[in-house]
Amino acid sequence: MSTQIRPAPVRKSIFVDAPQAHAFEVFTDGIGRWWPKTHKIGGSDLDKPVIEPRAGGRWYQLSADGSECEVGKVLEWNPPARVLLAWQLTADWTYDPDLITEVEVTFAPEGSGTRVDLEHRHLERIGERADTMREAIDSPNGWGLLLRLYSEASAE
Amino acid sequence: MANAARVFAALNDPTRRAVLERLRAGPKPVGEIARGLPVTRPAVSQHLKVLKEAGLVDDRSQGTRRIYQIDPNGLGALRAWLDQFWSDALNAFAAEAERAEKKEKE
Repeated sequence: MSTQIRPAPVRKSIFVDAPQAHAFEVFTDGIGRWWPKTHKIGGSDLDKPVIEPRAGGRWYQLSADGSECEVGKVLEWNPPARVLLAWQLTADWTYDPDLITEVEVTFAPEGSGTRVDLEHRHLERIGERADTMREAIDSPNGWGLLLRLYSEASAE
Repeated sequence: MANAARVFAALNDPTRRAVLERLRAGPKPVGEIARGLPVTRPAVSQHLKVLKEAGLVDDRSQGTRRIYQIDPNGLGALRAWLDQFWSDALNAFAAEAERAEKKEKE
């Protein structure tokens, strides 16, 4: 089918009652302290994501056994106002070095705290490389993937 | 806006799954989708509305007809899932940032 539905970026905004530099530091350096446990790629409670604090730095998942799984990388590093990350996971959560979706996070002082805006964009690129997802959806157990994703999302 | 709960509520119905199955072969008008299904055409229209609100199908006008199509890559579901994921993640982030900030002040 030639028709491609282009998904809108996912946009989220949240107010954090903490100074801008602190919010930036917790988001990046402290990502292992808040990343939802249910979404850790390795699946173990001891796994934690790491963002290397510089442009070109790696974003990876560190497992308890010392092994590392790539998630993406730091495209632009502008503390304390902004970080642009590459999310390089396919629909079935495997790393694909040729896939780049962007997660831009901005931190703006607002009153006594910080407004944090997040945009995850170019999601259609996941579709372009979503052979595995297409197979999963087309297979006899196709709805299994969606239901699995749902149970993960609702297990929060 | 689509969210994961809405997507899966939409999928949790055998008729709506049957409708999606039919659309996998390509875009179709309501009449063609309804043919052979054990429900009335207005009921199919209602199911299509739910699927559309969940971001699983899209529609366009062709003359006086409305043509429905599925996103072949399942991106509606993926996007809904990411939408929910980032909501959860940002809430967890804000809680941690505020907790750590309080601790430093003490």
